[in-house]
Amino acid sequence: MSSKKKKKLTPTQQKYQAFAKTREPKRPVVTNAIKAFLVGGIICTFGQGLQWFFIRYFNFTEVTAGNPTVAILIIISVLLTGFGVYDHIAQWAGAGTAVPVTGFANTVASASIEHRSEGYVLGVGGNMFKLAGPVIAFGVFSGFAVALTKIIIEKLGGI
Amino acid sequence: MIKGHQSWLFKSKPVLISSSAVGGPFEAKGPLADDFDVLHQDIWVGQDSFEKAEKKLLEDACETAIRKAKLKKEDIHFLLSGDLMNQIISSSFTARTLGVPYLGIFGACSSAMEGLALASLLVDSQNAEYTLAAASSHNLSAEKQYRYPTEYGAQKPPTAQWTVTGAGAAVVSKAGDGPYITSATIGRVVDMGLSDPFNMGAAMAPAAVATIEAHFKDLAVEPDYYDLIATGDLGKVGHRIATDLLTEHGLKIPSDKFTDCGLLIYGDNKQVFAGGSGCGCSATVTYGHLVNRMKKGEINRMLIIATGALLSPMSYQQKESIPCIAHAVSFEM
Repeated sequence: MSSKKKKKLTPTQQKYQAFAKTREPKRPVVTNAIKAFLVGGIICTFGQGLQWFFIRYFNFTEVTAGNPTVAILIIISVLLTGFGVYDHIAQWAGAGTAVPVTGFANTVASASIEHRSEGYVLGVGGNMFKLAGPVIAFGVFSGFAVALTKIIIEKLGGI
Repeated sequence: MIKGHQSWLFKSKPVLISSSAVGGPFEAKGPLADDFDVLHQDIWVGQDSFEKAEKKLLEDACETAIRKAKLKKEDIHFLLSGDLMNQIISSSFTARTLGVPYLGIFGACSSAMEGLALASLLVDSQNAEYTLAAASSHNLSAEKQYRYPTEYGAQKPPTAQWTVTGAGAAVVSKAGDGPYITSATIGRVVDMGLSDPFNMGAAMAPAAVATIEAHFKDLAVEPDYYDLIATGDLGKVGHRIATDLLTEHGLKIPSDKFTDCGLLIYGDNKQVFAGGSGCGCSATVTYGHLVNRMKKGEINRMLIIATGALLSPMSYQQKESIPCIAHAVSFEM
């Protein structure tokens, strides 16, 4: 672990950083949040539409319709990544395209495409989960922790 | 000859007898397209990886510069080249192709002027007759190495910069036609504790200011000595900070004389955020656009301060701040 995480800044560095801060354009946080809400919302509404479609025409239940819905969203996201469109949409949409399942598909697809030049095993295989890996690792761990907590509470006679 | 504390005065006045600039498809759409010798319409430059594409750009730049000087590669005594790739592979692999005695250098985006300063020093000290200084960068190979996969959808802040896909090379000789290289100032590493790799301009501006001040102090000249003072790749953010910082330190450079290669190369294109960056930025703008302007007689004396951020993806992940450097080279007609 880095011991310099809280490295003390000298007075000159502090003075300069304050000086530079006033001259930097700020991230348009409010606009970004609105765009993310809109795009994220559109993707989720589209997903909801797909779910209804699978329930209505293919005899899926509300529980089982999740799988084909996610599959369709992933395929669309991977195709858009491959055609080089996804990153442009994401620059505009920000968290709107990063948070839904489409963002996860994009991390896997983009890393795989990027490292194709290093071969299938060391390149694609070795780098595919470069960005998605932490999500899987911590997602599985937090799922495990939550499940464990639930079991303990239940055994102790809780809800 | 050492002048002042950190500058070299080249008494024999080495000449930049030829220079070349090679760019990619995005540079071809920019306002300086006419100043490039070669513009590739294919971002892959016909290769099967971004790294090979960058090497091809650098090879093109070196071969074009040698051809424009009406020399053969056997005439070049030393090649000094740098780039942004790990272990400077673009430069070393280009040196393999050329078969010229080679010194690899790394000064991040300051490599172009670091190479030119050393190439001029070799000629000035009579240790070489012809030297070749070169530098390259490729937008996608840099993104791949320093940031995220190119197709990954991450939102960049307005302070981010766009790595130039391009390479520049220059042949320096003891005599011939072209601008003289009159002096160079070697910068020291300046670290103001900034650690955001999406805000390189603000990190590098103090290094540029330190080198500019050192240059004027060492050479005992005033800013009005030059017709143009251009930094390498500070972009909009860094340029503004550098201007204000110089003013605060009592060194007033008129705004029409002070510019930045990262601002010139793409004009007002919003897609590049704060401006261009990379070794190829100062190399292509200086060796293409600015040297052409000197030859047309629009500029008689200019100072190029190439700025470099000496970080690695690992140092950034370990929460280190970004050490920066700037090297200045003075051109006179």
